[in-house]
Amino acid sequence: MPFAIRLSQPYHRRMIVQLSHPTRQVEIKGPKRTKELLRELNLVVEAHLVIRGDELVTEDEMLADADRIEIRPVISGGV
Amino acid sequence: MNCTKCPTSTKAVIGLPRHNAAFCKDCFTTFVHEQVARAIKSHKMFTPEDRILVAVSGGKDSLALWHILLKLGYRADALYVNLGIGGYSEESHRKVQLYADTVAAAHGATLLVHVVEQEAGAGIRELATILHRPTCSTCGTIKRYQFNRAAVEHDYDVMATGHNLDDEAARLLGNVLHWQEEYLDKQGPALPASVEGFAKKVKPLCRLSEREIAAYAVLNRIDYIVEECPMAKGSKMLLYKEVLNRLETESPGTKQRFYWGFLDKQTKPESAPESMAAKDQRTLHPCPSCGQPTTADTCSYCKMMAKAKTAAR
Ligand SMILES: [Zn+2]
Ligand SMILES: [Zn+2]
Repeated sequence: MPFAIRLSQPYHRRMIVQLSHPTRQVEIKGPKRTKELLRELNLVVEAHLVIRGDELVTEDEMLADADRIEIRPVISGGV
Repeated sequence: MNCTKCPTSTKAVIGLPRHNAAFCKDCFTTFVHEQVARAIKSHKMFTPEDRILVAVSGGKDSLALWHILLKLGYRADALYVNLGIGGYSEESHRKVQLYADTVAAAHGATLLVHVVEQEAGAGIRELATILHRPTCSTCGTIKRYQFNRAAVEHDYDVMATGHNLDDEAARLLGNVLHWQEEYLDKQGPALPASVEGFAKKVKPLCRLSEREIAAYAVLNRIDYIVEECPMAKGSKMLLYKEVLNRLETESPGTKQRFYWGFLDKQTKPESAPESMAAKDQRTLHPCPSCGQPTTADTCSYCKMMAKAKTAAR
């Protein structure tokens, strides 16, 4: 977990964003609105949910550096 | 963004552009329950007396469906088919069992499990290779067969699957793109038990988008498998869904209009289709100003020229 080391230095702190397909984490500089975060990551609103901690947030919600964010895809494949 | 339904203006947890609304947790749960109740009623899917068998996969749609039916007070058991796709099947089986034990059992509902590897002697991957067929079609065939057999053997009145608005719109798009008209007839949200030995099949989530169902699962703390089936990668259905979601983001309500428009046309008893010529003869008449055929009072050309003349003066 290389980013854990960076986290211990507060002036380097950024929001940690968890993504799927494939599973990965990125760090993004806040503050930022949900819809701007999605746009920056080139993700479509209709295909994703944004979860802060374990709460669902709307597109106009302001996200901060201290937040832990999960962007969860909602599309399921198969039949 | 605040809830558009609450008089006290609680903070919203989800925006619904296609309904021009935003809801708090409670109002959203009510909205989802209402949409499912409307689908059940308007397509005459089942009654409170019926015994329902829900096909569960461990994904958000089927677990949310089971949850909603139980919350609405229906008698709904579930069937999980373990397809033997390595870790993916183990994980999804675990989630389904967890939900059955922690939530469904309290409603008096039970979970049936069929393991394909034991019954067919091979996992899906092996089966697909043996049969020279795409994996997803193999797994779809097996699931449909198992669900139908279980529903009939255990005397369930109806079989319910978690197909949502996105699934149905994507499938419709695929059928339309390839002009597979023979499949269009079979695309309704309620298919009757047409032949002896076939259970009635219904799709109570057909009024809800994939995103709304995922939100419902998150808000109600339903632990589902987020990773998609490893076999579904690169499937055409995923591509159609992505395209529809881009359209939906630009123009909210597109998916709903596309699919519901189709259902509307399907239910209307088709009066003998009028030929293009007959329709033209019925609706067209000469423009009073220039004599060219038009459906309007004055033809659009003459209207345009009249406007241009007024503007020039
Ligand atoms: Zn509300
Ligand atoms: Zn599959």
